[in-house]
Amino acid sequence: MSKYVIIGASAAGIAAVEAIRKVDLVGTITVITEEACAHYSKPMISDLVSGKAGIQKMKCKTDNFWKENNAEARMSKKAVSLNLSDKTVNLEDGEKIVYEKLLLATGGKPFVPKMEGQDKDSVFTFTNISDAQRLAAKIDSIHAKGAVVIGAGLIGISVTEALMKRGLKVTVVELQEKILSLLLDSKASDIVEAIIRKAGVNFATGQSVQKIVGRPDNDGAVGGVILTKGDQVACDLVIVAIGVIPRTELVVGTTVKINRGIVVDNFMQTNVPDVYAAGDVAEAYDFILNQNRLLPLWPLAVLEGRVAGYNMAGKKASYEGGTNMSSLKYFGIPIVSIGLANPKDDPTLEILVKLDAENNVYKKLVLKNNVIVGLTLVNCIDRAGILFNLMKTQTNVKKFKKDLLRDDFGLAVLPLGLQRKMSVVQ
Amino acid sequence: MKKIIAKQEACMGCGLCEVYCTTAHSKSKDIVKAYNSEQPKPISRIRREVNKPVSFAIQCRHCEDAPCVTACLSGAMQKDQKTGEVTHNKDKCMGCWTCVMVCPYGALIMDKEGKVVAKCDLCQGLAEPACVANCPNQALVFKEVKP
Repeated sequence: MSKYVIIGASAAGIAAVEAIRKVDLVGTITVITEEACAHYSKPMISDLVSGKAGIQKMKCKTDNFWKENNAEARMSKKAVSLNLSDKTVNLEDGEKIVYEKLLLATGGKPFVPKMEGQDKDSVFTFTNISDAQRLAAKIDSIHAKGAVVIGAGLIGISVTEALMKRGLKVTVVELQEKILSLLLDSKASDIVEAIIRKAGVNFATGQSVQKIVGRPDNDGAVGGVILTKGDQVACDLVIVAIGVIPRTELVVGTTVKINRGIVVDNFMQTNVPDVYAAGDVAEAYDFILNQNRLLPLWPLAVLEGRVAGYNMAGKKASYEGGTNMSSLKYFGIPIVSIGLANPKDDPTLEILVKLDAENNVYKKLVLKNNVIVGLTLVNCIDRAGILFNLMKTQTNVKKFKKDLLRDDFGLAVLPLGLQRKMSVVQ
Repeated sequence: MKKIIAKQEACMGCGLCEVYCTTAHSKSKDIVKAYNSEQPKPISRIRREVNKPVSFAIQCRHCEDAPCVTACLSGAMQKDQKTGEVTHNKDKCMGCWTCVMVCPYGALIMDKEGKVVAKCDLCQGLAEPACVANCPNQALVFKEVKP
């Protein structure tokens, strides 16, 4: 019997432990994770491949974290089923753990479409530290020279940079016509693609991989891929980085409501009493779209996990909401994208754009009723948080919207009253 | 905790806060060397905002519930529970700029050379932060504020 049971010990699970301990110092906490060491930064796994970070650097909490928070971490343990009426979590090794409050923070798993040859050696997914370790080891053991990355989203671009740093020739295959299509409009995407191409990366957009082929001397090893348009690309490795889907398997067949992810309210509670969900597995509130949706992003998982933890421990807390928001550092071009990046023609939206093609600088703001609902900054992200704050607070920017694109944009260009409000010490 | 407070009405926008912040965060602690020769180039963690006649200096507010700490992908940004300071460990920083995206004050500075973030550390070890000590018009004060 444990008062609080948390399944998953990454961003959301860790944040929940911290929140619970702010309210309840004594209630027992049990955290179950399949990973041998879970308190590491998942977004940093590409730095492990490039060699920029080792495991110590990747740890986002100290090894004493669980002890300091008086939480029992069950590493390398897998929860295989739930019994919601008995309030029991069943582990693979037969152990049953009874809970009072349960948090499902099981995260996401890589989406891998069916491809001929996908079972060959050296086909990787890329979402956790063991993927990164296996990939790094394989690069060394086969002296890999070339890789195909499937997917030109955040994960695909990050692993591409890491592979380039390891000296591999990389081709990125993307089904959409444009790279980073969830974060950038076509203009911004073109700017970024040109920079990444200049660094030596090849792109094959508007197509996917129809077949992974073996090597002439060893059919079980990757020798190349055949694209849907028929081209063949030679490579020693394939990395599937299309995206993640929620790991809902524990609740499939139970009374916990699932849409694409687990459905939660603003308290991160599911439809089943005492069962909460947070992080990549949950559909939490998007304050731009004004609806719940999957947003598998680390900072949001932390916020959601914290709200879940507070509520589990009896302190009412409501999730303020997040939105699709990412900052990118890859290939030396900093990018921030928040909210609507590339809305379809919509007469109710106003779009402000500033382009400095020579310096690869691009700024775009999407406004609806004079409130910022979309922000894209390429190669000019300084002070982006001030704009994000205007978005979060849904501030009417009618009187100063032209100033938002100024190169020296900052708090000082805001109207006096707002400037005072926004610069006050919290 | 003690925080740096900017008095807008007293700020002349002279920028000496930036100069002394840069120097305080240099290896040599020498203005001329810090600006002319030191590598890596030290950078100011305080930022002067000027939109005449308005000017003020802004740096990390050491927020109670700091968005940068929550958003930090690597664990480099932490809230010191004892002192209240928001600390940044540059050895852990992965330079992802997520904190830059969420800081409502624009107070986190991108060290583009070092590819990590730089921020106000309240000049630990000095009696008073360098920007406060060297502001010619006392537009920056270091005083106790309620959390």
